[in-house]
Amino acid sequence: MAITKKQTAELAKQVFEYAPAPEAIDHIKIQPRYGLFIGGRMVDAHSKKRFPTINPATEKTLSEVAEADEVDVDRAVKAAGKAFDSWSHLSASRRARYLFRISRLIQERSRELAVVETMDGGKPIKESRDVDIPLSAAHFFYYAGWADKLEWAFPNRKPRPIGVAGQVIPWNFPLLMLAWKIAPALAAGNTVVLKPAETTPLSAMVFAEICMQAELPPGVVNIVTGAGKTGFLVVSHPHVKKVAFTGSTEVGKLIQRAIAGTGKRLTLELGGKAANIVFEDAPLDQAVEGIVNGIYFNQGHVCCAGSRLLVQESIAEPLLEKLKRRLSTLRLGDPLDKNTDIGAINSRAQLEKIQGLVESGVEEGAELYQPECVLPERGFWFPPSLFTNVSQSYRIAREEIFGPVLSVLTFRTPNEAVEKANNTPYGLSAGVWTDKGSRILWMAERLRAGVVWANTFNRFDPTSPFGGYKESGFGREGGVHGLLPYVELT
Amino acid sequence: MDVRKTYKLFLNGEFVRSESGRAYRPDGSVNVPRGSRKDLRDAVRAARTAFPGWAARTAMNRGQILYRAAEMLDGRAAQFLELLGGGVRARRALDQSVEALVWYAGWTDKLPQITGTVNPVAGPYFNFTIPEPTGVVAIVAPEESPLLGLVRRLAPALCGGNVVIALAAESSPLAALTLAEVLATSDVPAGVVNIISGQRKELLPTLASHMDVNAIDVAGCNGNEVKAIEESAAGNIKRVIKLTQREQSPHLIAAFMEMKTVWHPIGV
Repeated sequence: MAITKKQTAELAKQVFEYAPAPEAIDHIKIQPRYGLFIGGRMVDAHSKKRFPTINPATEKTLSEVAEADEVDVDRAVKAAGKAFDSWSHLSASRRARYLFRISRLIQERSRELAVVETMDGGKPIKESRDVDIPLSAAHFFYYAGWADKLEWAFPNRKPRPIGVAGQVIPWNFPLLMLAWKIAPALAAGNTVVLKPAETTPLSAMVFAEICMQAELPPGVVNIVTGAGKTGFLVVSHPHVKKVAFTGSTEVGKLIQRAIAGTGKRLTLELGGKAANIVFEDAPLDQAVEGIVNGIYFNQGHVCCAGSRLLVQESIAEPLLEKLKRRLSTLRLGDPLDKNTDIGAINSRAQLEKIQGLVESGVEEGAELYQPECVLPERGFWFPPSLFTNVSQSYRIAREEIFGPVLSVLTFRTPNEAVEKANNTPYGLSAGVWTDKGSRILWMAERLRAGVVWANTFNRFDPTSPFGGYKESGFGREGGVHGLLPYVELT
Repeated sequence: MDVRKTYKLFLNGEFVRSESGRAYRPDGSVNVPRGSRKDLRDAVRAARTAFPGWAARTAMNRGQILYRAAEMLDGRAAQFLELLGGGVRARRALDQSVEALVWYAGWTDKLPQITGTVNPVAGPYFNFTIPEPTGVVAIVAPEESPLLGLVRRLAPALCGGNVVIALAAESSPLAALTLAEVLATSDVPAGVVNIISGQRKELLPTLASHMDVNAIDVAGCNGNEVKAIEESAAGNIKRVIKLTQREQSPHLIAAFMEMKTVWHPIGV
């Protein structure tokens, strides 16, 4: 007998009655204002401009950060340029030791970093604590080891650093994206100017403290805060020789165009619209967990999120029933609560974008399902949502929503699954769920995506290269492949 | 009396005139088709259709086809020497072209072993990374090296399983158009290589902005052309491959490749 929606909600309330379990924040010191990290110390911005960074779960201002202007960015790039001479000539084993030190300091300050990350960005504390921060430390640890082994990575070639790298990162995994950018750059002997996202600058400010604690030579890492304009100044500065950007495909295209003809090296890690494909022989309960993790992890603010569920027609009904039941047990609320599954949407602008796309889905004729879910009064929230009756031409099936919204489509044959999965300009990731080994490899071969998760989803590791096909960008981060964008091979 | 050859475009495995009906005379005597933007678009469509089949060939099969191309090129040495103007330079260009095909023929089944990895992730997962072809690749042959310059980019792109639209050198397209005859007799499937002659100024913008071209090799372009190409390439995040013309290495093959990483849990 099928359980009704109401019964499910009732059941959920009985079974999952949790007491509040908020993470303590009394040990966290967020300064009322931050300057820029240039030449090894925090300095006041020439611009004299500041902007607030808020907690998206409460809309309260956490701190004010500087908005770097042209002069500030120029100072940062010059500091990085000055540091490049000595950093690139420093003995490689010393470079390695600085990176190991940074990794250890991240581990030592992990609780602080996790709380700051959650307060500034809205993600559940269990995710920042168990995913973002440990992976950030692991990333530095991994690339630290490469610093004095580069010649083993590129047979028959002599790897040399490129120079000053200008790096612009997004707000969905602030510290982790910082680690993905800074660790390989430094390991290869480059120096960096990094611009964190304007809604999540605070973990980068803690990282600046960590650089000072590690006694990293001044200018090797420089961090300038600001919005898109500042980012544009960083990537287009003439002394920046290498540009790395993670963010939307739209901005990626602007950057590629802006630096055309300059000879700057470029890597882009952009948007996605991943298919998560479930075959009829898949272990359904595991698949449901994978689907949930694929699209509701980090409120769906994940470029590789499994935002299109492709389910084989024969199991569509039972799978959706299980999935809907599981959705009703997801706990949305205070990101600092250790039991929270779905935190706050990162910003009002992002919330409005999600709302707009969801409205378009309803208007175009898809059927929206949202579990009963009480949203907090303050802050930015969006309930976990799924659309059925979705056609491939709908905006919700084509555009990256970057929110907790799943579009469900069906297929009959493996060929049709491949066809539909690849029917997108993106190509960052894909998921396959089936019990049949040969089918996993057959699918993995045909899916035009940089990462294929088979019977799992959203796994990351510093040794595992990550990056896109097609309009999801080019270049890889992670693994030995992640060094290539940061070396000149002669 | 000679029976003269009509030079044609190589499009989807066929030798055709430009759909535009136009021709130009690069050396003042021979008529060469002046390919149009429509010809390019047709070539992209043919290439896209041919891509899955070519990419799915076994590495060994692709290697044998490249090696066959070397055999065919070497067999037509006299013809190519004449087209290249004869002399020591022509001889060297031809020898090196044959050598490039042989060299890359031997890489098809080795590149994944050099650039692929098994990644020791911190968890119960089997995780590996393999190179896969990026898709439809545009190659602009350098004017100063109409045969060798083209072969040295064509071979690595094909080696990895890509399909190609090549723009012949505008001022001396005959070697490239004749290379099409070599490829046509080497079991290269239809559409895998398409060779278009014509005016760079007219064709480059279409090639660079085409939404179904995944990568464009600009080793044969000058600075201004590169800038314009890079601007248009942003429209669909094309890979712009800028390794120098001299480059002959697995890194060049890899430049035409994407790295794919696959995860699977380990358990009972």
